[in-house]
Amino acid sequence: MNELRDLARQLLTDGTVRVIIGWEDGRRGARPVFITDPADADKLIFDTRCAHNLVTYLDPRRDDVVNLGRIGIVVKGCDAKAVAGLLREAQVARDDVVLIGVRCGGVLEEAELREALELNADNVAPRCYGCDNREPALVDYLVGEAQPEPPRPTMTIDERVAALDELPLEERWAFWSEQFSKCVRCYACRQVCPLCVCELCVADKTRPQWIEPAAHARGNVSWNITRALHLAGRCVGCGECERFCPVGIPLTLVNRKLQEIVAQRFDYVVSDDPEKPAPIGDFRLDDQQEFIK
Amino acid sequence: MSETMVKRTPAADEAFEPRITAFVCNWCTYTGADLAGTSRLQMASNVRIIRLPCTGRIDPLFIIKAFERGADGVIVSGCHPADCHYNSGNYHARRRFAVFYDFLQFLGVDPRRLTFSWVSASEGAKWRDVVNEAVSNVRAAGPFHAYRALAPDPPAVVDEIDALLAAAEEGEGA
Repeated sequence: MNELRDLARQLLTDGTVRVIIGWEDGRRGARPVFITDPADADKLIFDTRCAHNLVTYLDPRRDDVVNLGRIGIVVKGCDAKAVAGLLREAQVARDDVVLIGVRCGGVLEEAELREALELNADNVAPRCYGCDNREPALVDYLVGEAQPEPPRPTMTIDERVAALDELPLEERWAFWSEQFSKCVRCYACRQVCPLCVCELCVADKTRPQWIEPAAHARGNVSWNITRALHLAGRCVGCGECERFCPVGIPLTLVNRKLQEIVAQRFDYVVSDDPEKPAPIGDFRLDDQQEFIK
Repeated sequence: MSETMVKRTPAADEAFEPRITAFVCNWCTYTGADLAGTSRLQMASNVRIIRLPCTGRIDPLFIIKAFERGADGVIVSGCHPADCHYNSGNYHARRRFAVFYDFLQFLGVDPRRLTFSWVSASEGAKWRDVVNEAVSNVRAAGPFHAYRALAPDPPAVVDEIDALLAAAEEGEGA
């Protein structure tokens, strides 16, 4: 922790960055913090409660953040993949951000706690299991001690996706239309997503109105399919959409399924290498086409 | 939900004629479909064609919108690989629809409702076969009640409101 605070203080003092975006201890647990004064660097923390993907603040359309000046940001492995996504899509310039990577051993599923907990099978965020980027390579600095691998959750996301795949079509449809019918269209999933950075979201377009704004199941299905497809091959699996969903739609299952599809179809795994083009928007002459007559 | 919204009587299902929306590219499949017509090829008449510049122009939202508006199945068809008028539109579409096809099945949509094909300008006969096969597949899959049941049809709701208003007016008159 001291390593992180000392680094932040130094970067702010020598003027390398104007602001450090990290986590602090708040009334209801860890929360994002913007530190501009070196004296405040001791507020910074990193522990198993730091689930937030802070990269959502790097959206170039957030003028209030951009206007602060050069940004230093603390990133876990999944967050670093999101930075790579923004670099890949030319939303952020590499020189405009200083990335402080933290070695991560997973975060809590229920992160709003006054005290950090040791991770175990019951409290670990299932998305952390099998993480391939616990020590991000994209970063400028890497701090913290080496962490153990996240424990295996009681039921992994892959197992839950496989269980759904086993169901007959009608039951799958029943499951998902039930889940999507709960959606209240608050678009928290979109707002919190580090990669949902469109100037005008298709869901907000009214001429033509592609996605019905009414929160009935039909508009909800349309929205959720669109959200999922727009993140196919881009989603980093940080799980923020599901964590912020006020009605508990299991969006990580949707996202994991899409990761599975792009892996199987295009041999693509989302990484923190910004040079590797995303699979949608790219193609190979010999892509699979068994579904085309 | 009103009973008038979706007629689900067995008799209605038996007389079921699939409604299929085809999104086709201007350069190959549309011309191919035109050839099928001018050649007087016999084929099922359940398909409404929407012509677009390229398969690369076809957003998966078009398909969702078709289902919302009552389609029981869709066809997406364009130029064969290496034939795209814009060089690579069909390659991009191929990737997009590969993901869409797999994902809709994960959500529980019957893959028989989705037909993808490459039909060139000279393949009128292939277009006929694609159409006939799509129609028989969708016929086997049945009407897409599941999608329509997601939301009340606006006209039905309007009817209900009209009925309520009429009843209220009658009440006032009495």
